[in-house]
Amino acid sequence: MKIRKNIAISENGFIFNPMTGDSFSVNETGAFILQKLKDDESEETILQNLMDEYDLDTYTAERDLNDFLSMLKGHQLTTNE
Amino acid sequence: MKPTYESPIITKLNAGMMNKFGSRTEYTPVKSIDNVAVADLMDEYGSPLFVISEKTIRQTYQKALKAFKMRYPKVQFAWSYKTNYLDAVCQVFHQEGSWAEVVSGFEYQKALRNGVPGNLIIFNGPDKSAEDLKMAVENRSLIHIDHFDELYMLIEIMEEMENTKARVAIRVNMDTGVYPQWDRFGFNYDNGQAWNAIVKIIAQEKLQLEGLHCHIGTYMLTANAYAVAARKMCELALSYANTTGERVKYLDMGGGFCSSNTLKGSYLQGADIIPTFDDYAKAITSTILQFGFRPDELPLLILETGRALIDEAGYLLGTVLATKRLADGRRATVLDTGVNIMFTSFWYNHRISPAQDFSQHAEETALFGPLCMNIDSLRESVILPIMKKGDRIVVHEVGAYNMTQWMQFITLRPNIVMIDTKGDVHLIRKQETVNTIVDCEVVPEHLAKHNL
Ligand SMILES: Cc1ncc(COP(=O)(O)O)c(C=O)c1O
Repeated sequence: MKIRKNIAISENGFIFNPMTGDSFSVNETGAFILQKLKDDESEETILQNLMDEYDLDTYTAERDLNDFLSMLKGHQLTTNE
Repeated sequence: MKPTYESPIITKLNAGMMNKFGSRTEYTPVKSIDNVAVADLMDEYGSPLFVISEKTIRQTYQKALKAFKMRYPKVQFAWSYKTNYLDAVCQVFHQEGSWAEVVSGFEYQKALRNGVPGNLIIFNGPDKSAEDLKMAVENRSLIHIDHFDELYMLIEIMEEMENTKARVAIRVNMDTGVYPQWDRFGFNYDNGQAWNAIVKIIAQEKLQLEGLHCHIGTYMLTANAYAVAARKMCELALSYANTTGERVKYLDMGGGFCSSNTLKGSYLQGADIIPTFDDYAKAITSTILQFGFRPDELPLLILETGRALIDEAGYLLGTVLATKRLADGRRATVLDTGVNIMFTSFWYNHRISPAQDFSQHAEETALFGPLCMNIDSLRESVILPIMKKGDRIVVHEVGAYNMTQWMQFITLRPNIVMIDTKGDVHLIRKQETVNTIVDCEVVPEHLAKHNL
């Protein structure tokens, strides 16, 4: 899963989708994942990054990452190419 | 050290939404009640847990009493048992000087057990058995007659009782400009039924009309309705005096004052729109005072205020069981506090606070209880900090009706504690066990065994 190219992400977690005009905010963890997605990291890598960055068990990391990705998809911020 | 983890969230910012966190009141952690730590309470007494603040009850009662006493010379509260009939709660009200207002034989027995003298018990409601009525007559309680069938039953009972009179009032219903009109209970004022009942009582040697009673509704958003009601009660009292040369001793204006809970469907917070005790007191007392009674003949004003006196003193502590994502993308939080123990969530959008610190990020979530039933929904949508399994919450203003109207359904009822005015915690109702329930059951012999 990738973030659409034209989505703007600011450093303080503000996101703008020029296609729909919607804006969003993310928390720190959300921003962390978005940055990795923008860097074209794979989901497996992001999962590992999350566990390295925070004190986190695989179960929680996996559940939360999946949840977050499904939210991004729901907000039409991702592409599947 | 690694940074503390919080589940990732993304929130859409709505142009129309002024504050992205929604109502901030739901957004402050409540870590203690009357200086007792929520975490300690739950560690000791489990979850869910009802907590009652004795201090808040007494303060609220004094506030209400003052609003009336500063405007009217003779005021008496009678604690509405159905609102919360836990003995410990009733005793706080009785210590403050409240009589008892009951609506069933069961509640009547409770009031007697609590040591309330029979003549200070007001017996309301449409369901009084012949035994109930006899007991009430013998104890010199105030019997508030609800319908003609009850009036005739009482007349019959009195024929068999010697050397005693029943002290009675009638419950009056009326149009106060508020809809729906509560015309199910009592005798209607506007069509003359109430007067007919009074005439019938006057004709009875053994019935003494001591007062007039009304209870015009509950959660009354307009104080003026009480002015209208008080005026009609005064009119009846005057007609009675003109006809018999005697005076009724009291006017009982019932309950119905709002607590500051927010009604479902209301965009405004309850606290911002409800009348205060002073507003209600002004409406009622100025009407009676201006009606023209002689100062020494002013009737005693009785109030049966329920929810407004106890709602705020009650809290429900609970725990997050799970969080999940609904099909439409909304977050759902499952709590161990269901509608079974929070009956008032059918009427109110209860304020719910997290009981621990959190980051500044919030997310819209639906709140569900633990029951395996679709009805078990506490809030369709509320903005709360991100919560995870095991986090604790505090539900506010649950003191009225929940601890009496709760259902034993799927789970057992939890512990209830009271924090006294010194900050000591007392268990005032023990959590139910399987035995609480099965002790009432009887299995026929032929069903005692099976061969599974
Ligand atoms: C006769 C009577 N009095 C008093 C009350 C207490 O009402 P509230 O809790 O609205 O003050 C009720 C409740 O319905 C009632 O029926």
